[in-house]
Amino acid sequence: MSLQDVPGIRERRVSTGGIELCVAELGDETRPTVVLVHGYPDSKEVWTEVAEQLAEQWHVVLYDVRGHGRSTAPTPLRGGFTLEKLTDDFLAVADAVSPDRAVHLVGHDWGSVQSWEFATVKRTEGRIASFTSMSGPSLDHFGHWIKQRMSRPTPRRVGQLLGQGAKSWYVYMLHTPVLPELAWRGPLGKRWPRILQRLESVPAGDYPTPSLPNDAAHGAWLYRDNVRARLRRPREDAFAHVPVQLITPTGDIFLSERLYDQLELWAPQLVRRTLPAKHWVPRTRPDQLASWISEFVAGIESAQVDGRPLPDPAPTGAHADRFGGQLVLVTGAAGGIGRATAFAFAEAGARVVAVDRDAEGAARTAEMARLIGSPAAWGEAVDVSDEQAMEKLAEKVAAEYGIVDVLVNNAGIGLSGSFLETTSEEWKNVLDVNLWGVIHGCRLFGKQMAERGQGGHIVNTASAAAYQPSRALPAYSTSKAAVLMLSECLRAELAERSIGVSAICPGIVNTNITATTRFAGADAAEEKRLQKRTSRLYGLRNYPPEKVADAIVEAVVHNRAVVPVTPEARAARFLSRFGPGALRGIARLKPPL
Amino acid sequence: MASPVKDATAPELQGFREVQRLAYACAEAVAARLEPGVTEREAARMQREWLRERGVRDWFHLPFAWFGDRTAFAGFKVPLQFFPTNRKLEPGMPFILDMAPVYKGFTADIGYSGCLGLNPLHDKLLADLEAHRALILREVRERRSLREIYEDVERLMIRQGYANRHRAYPFGVIAHKIDRVAERRWSPRVFGFGTQSLKGLVSDALHGHRDGWSPLWSPYSFSDHPPQPGLWAVEPHLGFRGTGAKFEEILVVTDSKDPEQSAFWLDDDLPHVRRWAEERVAA
Repeated sequence: MSLQDVPGIRERRVSTGGIELCVAELGDETRPTVVLVHGYPDSKEVWTEVAEQLAEQWHVVLYDVRGHGRSTAPTPLRGGFTLEKLTDDFLAVADAVSPDRAVHLVGHDWGSVQSWEFATVKRTEGRIASFTSMSGPSLDHFGHWIKQRMSRPTPRRVGQLLGQGAKSWYVYMLHTPVLPELAWRGPLGKRWPRILQRLESVPAGDYPTPSLPNDAAHGAWLYRDNVRARLRRPREDAFAHVPVQLITPTGDIFLSERLYDQLELWAPQLVRRTLPAKHWVPRTRPDQLASWISEFVAGIESAQVDGRPLPDPAPTGAHADRFGGQLVLVTGAAGGIGRATAFAFAEAGARVVAVDRDAEGAARTAEMARLIGSPAAWGEAVDVSDEQAMEKLAEKVAAEYGIVDVLVNNAGIGLSGSFLETTSEEWKNVLDVNLWGVIHGCRLFGKQMAERGQGGHIVNTASAAAYQPSRALPAYSTSKAAVLMLSECLRAELAERSIGVSAICPGIVNTNITATTRFAGADAAEEKRLQKRTSRLYGLRNYPPEKVADAIVEAVVHNRAVVPVTPEARAARFLSRFGPGALRGIARLKPPL
Repeated sequence: MASPVKDATAPELQGFREVQRLAYACAEAVAARLEPGVTEREAARMQREWLRERGVRDWFHLPFAWFGDRTAFAGFKVPLQFFPTNRKLEPGMPFILDMAPVYKGFTADIGYSGCLGLNPLHDKLLADLEAHRALILREVRERRSLREIYEDVERLMIRQGYANRHRAYPFGVIAHKIDRVAERRWSPRVFGFGTQSLKGLVSDALHGHRDGWSPLWSPYSFSDHPPQPGLWAVEPHLGFRGTGAKFEEILVVTDSKDPEQSAFWLDDDLPHVRRWAEERVAA
């Protein structure tokens, strides 16, 4: 959908210093105002989807920066794009759309660079309530960052300088006279949409707009008018006077994450977020951005009502910057690794759907998850091997809670006993839960993720038994080996949609699985004895499920393919590659039961 | 030392009741004085001084205090980590006070969980402890083996989503026997434990070893016997990701045939029991 077609959109012109700015408004004007500032070479259309979603709750304002889109350009261009003049523009827009209330500022790329200026200069104090920055550092902070690294060059610092220096190639290019303009008005301008699609997987739509060649040519002056001057003499007083939310895409090819080290010194009230995405997040991750912006703005608005200085402290768990506000679904969540995983994500501030056959246990997990930092958590009683039940669950989750950002297919059952004693019924049972459960999960929720097209992650709990043959666990190992291969195949397929897939191979972990493991060929009493005995052995090994949960969270953050967790799982993985014969030898041993 | 108690009205129980109440009064008094910045060492000293002023001269063990994630025994590997540290109390932090004074020859061993300010998670843990108090009493009356009861308690904790933190105690005990202690003018301490009480425990262990029972209630095979008549200081301890809660109080086991009289909690008028009753009224 294009910005023009969004229902309820209102356009007006705001004049400032001889320039006419094209300003668009959405949403209820009595609500707090959120101003979105676009980057280079964009126009306000880059925000279409984010703006649409924000408009449900806020008064949203977008404007074409001078010289871009349908705003007029300064004459002459040289000297017409200084940060001081851009600040004039912003104040003119803010005064026009929200005369007596501070606005919430959101900037991407050059929009963020200029917004840093707005958020740190004296004359805007009281006009801005908050600032959400993405992919655009303050030129002053950047200047200090370079100076620090030049003045005390340790190998690491030199590496950081060189790294960012290489990523900034386009900045030098844009300082060349005339050539960039020619390129943009010629071949580059024509090819740009396709380049974006290929490099960034930016979905086609109303963006880039036909005005792109002009925007890009004019916008070159943003760099020429500001970059050299500011980097050479950065302001010493560039302290943010508003709360700042920093959203860092981890795959940004233009900006290194290191640029934001020590940003706390410049922005005392800082909330950090990281997003596994490339540069053009307003196009590729609109849902996540809209939800983070909304949450941040709402927190600050309610803090102002209560007179508190800042919203409640963010969750403190590991990677809270990455998972805050995301939706995580975990199967087998009534105990063991599943429950611990649900808790680990809850501590990181994620919303959690805890799924298990055991309704009471799932509800309990959800309840505890809410107590340790999850903004919302739900328990769902579903048998993962039941296709129809899983379909219903997928529909319900999508309708009521949203699209799942992280799916953890963890539910599984144990079956021990020799192949010849395992009945076909037992085989079916194990495959139904351990393999079909994962297939259903990946099919239903993976499909929703892929259709949304905004990335995500799937974690499948396999087992060290997936690559370690054993005479004691033929059915279980087979089901887990299938899960491992399924994960690897799916990973290849979903990579182009920015959906990561990880297989976790825990090893011997102290969970309840041993107490419910079936033993083929054993009568009830013998089975009870064996269950007790294996539980005791697993208890003696005493590897906590919490550590597996941490490994799962890390696997999602770093998008790891196969993660063996315990030392024995790692050793078996190593042997399976470099000494499979030894592993086969081990497989022949009878387990000490 | 003392002969097994016959029933709840036995006069010597009065002495135990008195010292247990004294200890809980101390815990409540000290808890009320805790404020941000107080260290574990200071809290332990406050308990010691409070009890000394009221006539306590000997200890089963010296008072402990655990703050913050130390209430869940996060990272406890060696017994020295039980001793109070310079950890400072902060708003919202859970704490546990644990003391075992000897008073007029009677011993108590109590644990008091609290929290500085609001902490819904801690409230939840405390509320969930109620089920454990009921479970332990029921199964002791059924004369199950101590090891079995231990495993049932652990299972309940896991079902509730918690970790069993009394596993971190020496021998992983959930309870130990306590008894009368001879009052001596001089009673030195070893690693914070009173030698007189330790002597009682060791002699119990020796006698018990011969007769096939143990004064320690643990997950190991030496606890694979029905509860021995006498007084047991029972301390189920829940842990959940950096928050811990426990209670500790005396369970009386007798050799009476009447199930009601065969086992009972020494005193039902204790802070945690009152708290559960109030919650039920509020609900």
